Amino acid sequence: MKRTVIAAAMALGALAMSAGWANADPVDDELEIDGVKMITRAKAPEGHPFDEVYSGWLFREADTRAMEADSIENPAMTAVDDGEAMWNKVEGTAGKSCASCHGNASESMKDVGAHFPKWDASTNKPINVELQINKCRTEQMGAEALPFDKGGQQELTTYIKYQSLGTPVSIDLSQGEMQKWWDQGKELYYTRTGQLNLSCASCHEVGMGKMIRADHLSQGQVNGFPLYRLKSGLTSVHNRFRGCIRDTRAEMPKAFSDELMALEVYVTWRGTGLSVETPAVRH
Amino acid sequence: MKSGRTILGAFAGGIALAVAFGVASAGEMAPGDIKIEDNMVAMSVSGADGNAEEGAAAFKNRGLGNCLACHVNSAMSKELFQGNIGPSLDGVAERYKPEELRAIVVNSKAVFGDETVMPGFYSLDVGKHVREDLVGKTILTSQQVEDIVAYLTTLK
Repeated sequence: MKRTVIAAAMALGALAMSAGWANADPVDDELEIDGVKMITRAKAPEGHPFDEVYSGWLFREADTRAMEADSIENPAMTAVDDGEAMWNKVEGTAGKSCASCHGNASESMKDVGAHFPKWDASTNKPINVELQINKCRTEQMGAEALPFDKGGQQELTTYIKYQSLGTPVSIDLSQGEMQKWWDQGKELYYTRTGQLNLSCASCHEVGMGKMIRADHLSQGQVNGFPLYRLKSGLTSVHNRFRGCIRDTRAEMPKAFSDELMALEVYVTWRGTGLSVETPAVRH
Repeated sequence: MKSGRTILGAFAGGIALAVAFGVASAGEMAPGDIKIEDNMVAMSVSGADGNAEEGAAAFKNRGLGNCLACHVNSAMSKELFQGNIGPSLDGVAERYKPEELRAIVVNSKAVFGDETVMPGFYSLDVGKHVREDLVGKTILTSQQVEDIVAYLTTLK
């Protein structure tokens, strides 16, 4: 009996090798950054299609994984520095910087980024870190809102989320109408778009662990954003959402549109329990 | 002789025009008119025979079939980075008749069900919010479908 099982396993292994499935699964490896152990596998929250959620780090090649594990090598660490400079920079008519109100980010922003998006009662919508920065700028600093991906938005967001490095992602769906936005995000996640007729789930749920050309399909978790992509540099989560949708040959929703905010709520929830890895390094 | 050449030139120009504007040639089926019965499309959708050599080129072209994005094909082992979202196409001609291969390429969802990830390459049953310049257009032309089917039938 035991011998049969082993033979079957070997046959399966040979099949996997011959078909090039050698790295079809998330790797068995542990991530530690500057002495902080990252949670890259976590039990999925109730109602999740997977039993276990995996960080995208587990799907990357060894050299990419090593690049994230070493903060000297991580190319996005310069964005953390740039974000810190921005945190302390006075802008706007009120003569304030972020630090004027929030002081030392390593204390005031500790773990904060792990719990966004949150409910924003004033706009009656969810709010993410980028939009919270803009809210502070326009309402407290008398400064212009930063346009999408510009003016240091990615760097400052990176810096703020970096203060949660290692903290497990969790968002509060009981706030305001967060549950309704989660529902809308879930619907979008499973909606096929474009000429190629693909949904988020087509690749990141059905295809998870498989190869699309040279790309190993992950669960599409967002716990590492903003992150450094080897092919496009520092990348925000809405930029990545738009890129994925573009690749289905569809028109892209605008950054921070209701659709993409709902998707951010839902996809963030799908990564509940994974450490914030910002700034992660990915393919 | 001179007038003959002019006529020939005008004829060639007409073909170029027809191709450029996607005018249906005689015997071409519009995507909406194709009947998939018993998982088969019986007749050529372009009205012409497929060319396996052209089909191999369209098969691996990342802007056309891009079939290797999701399928292994050992006959093209020089092509790096073959995906495995779908099954290997090694020996696919032994598993399916040409009419079945045509149906799968035209609209795999009519064969495998709505859940399949594979796009319909000659179908207007597509996703939402299709990019504006692609509205009403198929991924492949009817002749590219026939060429790819002709190529697939060589995979034994």
